[in-house]
Amino acid sequence: MYRIKEKIYKGIFSFLAFASLIFLVGITTTLFLEGLPVFKEVGFFDFIFGKSWYPTYEPPEFGILPLILGSLWVTFGAVLFCVPIGVGSALFINELASKRVKAVLKPIIEILAGIPSIVYGFFGMVIVAPFIQRLLGLPVGLTAFTGSLMLGIMATPTVCSISEDALSFVPRSFREASLAVGANRWQTLTKVIFPAAASGISTSIILGMSRAVGETMTVLMVTGGAAVIPHTFFQPVRPMTSTIAAEMGEAVMGGTHYNSLFAIGLILFLITLVFNVIAELISRRFRKKLGLGR
Amino acid sequence: MTKSKLGLTVLAALLCVGMIFTVPTFAAKNLTIKGSTTVLPISQACAEAFMNMHSDVNISVQGGGSGVGIASLIDGTCDIADASRPIKDKEVAKAKENGIEAYENVVALDGIAVIVHPSNPVDALSLDQIKKIYTGEISNWKDVGGKNMKITIISRDSASGTFETFNDLALDDEKVRPDALLQASNQAVAQTVSRTNGAIGYVGLGYLSSSVKGVAVDGVEPTNENVVNGSYKLARKLFMYTDGAPQGLVKAFIDYVMSEEGQELVEKTGYIPLK
Repeated sequence: MYRIKEKIYKGIFSFLAFASLIFLVGITTTLFLEGLPVFKEVGFFDFIFGKSWYPTYEPPEFGILPLILGSLWVTFGAVLFCVPIGVGSALFINELASKRVKAVLKPIIEILAGIPSIVYGFFGMVIVAPFIQRLLGLPVGLTAFTGSLMLGIMATPTVCSISEDALSFVPRSFREASLAVGANRWQTLTKVIFPAAASGISTSIILGMSRAVGETMTVLMVTGGAAVIPHTFFQPVRPMTSTIAAEMGEAVMGGTHYNSLFAIGLILFLITLVFNVIAELISRRFRKKLGLGR
Repeated sequence: MTKSKLGLTVLAALLCVGMIFTVPTFAAKNLTIKGSTTVLPISQACAEAFMNMHSDVNISVQGGGSGVGIASLIDGTCDIADASRPIKDKEVAKAKENGIEAYENVVALDGIAVIVHPSNPVDALSLDQIKKIYTGEISNWKDVGGKNMKITIISRDSASGTFETFNDLALDDEKVRPDALLQASNQAVAQTVSRTNGAIGYVGLGYLSSSVKGVAVDGVEPTNENVVNGSYKLARKLFMYTDGAPQGLVKAFIDYVMSEEGQELVEKTGYIPLK
């Protein structure tokens, strides 16, 4: 009886564990099946490197270079905001903050992660965009910069909490050894702790980037949505995610436009996959370096 | 043994009862509506309300565009074709070949207001000026009688019905300049225009509000009355085409759309009722 019960439980849990695999296979297959026809119809290079996105005109043009650049532009902009804030607050929490400050600060930063993206979008559209517009005298406040700022704030908790974990994984003996040979606190931090945690911190940045590149609602609301190749941070852009969100509802099912939106999703998926693989590789190296095994 | 027999009998009885009840559902009346994404919200809203009143009717509403809708009517794969443009002579001829007589029902009007920031002194534009602004020929307000200020162009996503209407009526299907800001909804366009001094945008007439200024087009103010009397140019009729004059269920549905209740739904979805 006991044996059978155990087997049943094992079966249930292994099914649950493999469920994610089923979803992954299903989603990937759909992306490939629906996306690939575009490469045949439009041509791989014309699709990826085409400069105009006019999917509903006659004849239509399916060039997603402006969309790819829009996404990357906004993502790298977000890194400029989330890395100093995220890594800075991780260092503060781990090195300088007293226990009480730490107990307050950490949950507060994590609450940021719980705010729905549409709230960020709304806040960005109604408050931040007009502010930036007035501050910099721009013709319109919905720009790549506004998107970067909002995404930067959104990615901060990811960067901060993973960096903080990395810092706290640095063994106590490293710090003690450094102080014992006469290094001061600053030297210990910059020469010993930080290098030891560096690959963990890099992982956090890459995961923050993959969070930013896949974000949809916020960028749809604050980046303006002009499908042009961006030349400055202060002009509207149209990231890949918001293109899919804005156009999927109205694209004719099975048409080239519909398929091309799946193909954009496919490319987005490959980009985040690369980010995640890099993050995984770096964090493996990190664990080895600190002698944490595996 | 006896228990399982009893079970079987009960099951059989249940099946019989079930069949009696399911038979009328099989004979339920189906209606397929297909076509223009512009008319889609009207069909959708009316279909939902209609199905609530008649539980035995099943209406399926699909988009695809005016051309697709009319083609389906010709093929006989839909009962009502939604269209945001009149049927073409070629399509009428093709329908006749298939023994189908396309019958025109005007169900609503669609108007688009061109909007600017309230502080903008420009309050009238010609259709030609609007086209030149959107295609990039004019890029400063001083060229249309305003201040020396760059024009920020706000458009709708090119897949939306409002864009389709505007593109058709104002731009003659020419391309909007690529650096135009594309917004995902009428509200988002109005919101952006209300916060941008040099902006121009367009929204369905139902979305005009006091936070933006609707400009007169070719000297005619964007009001529902001017659309109904035909003097406002950025407006068009919305159609539901049927095979011959509507009969039976099709007639009941079209009559509902034309009824006071149906026309209220038309207004609610952002279009202009016929009266």
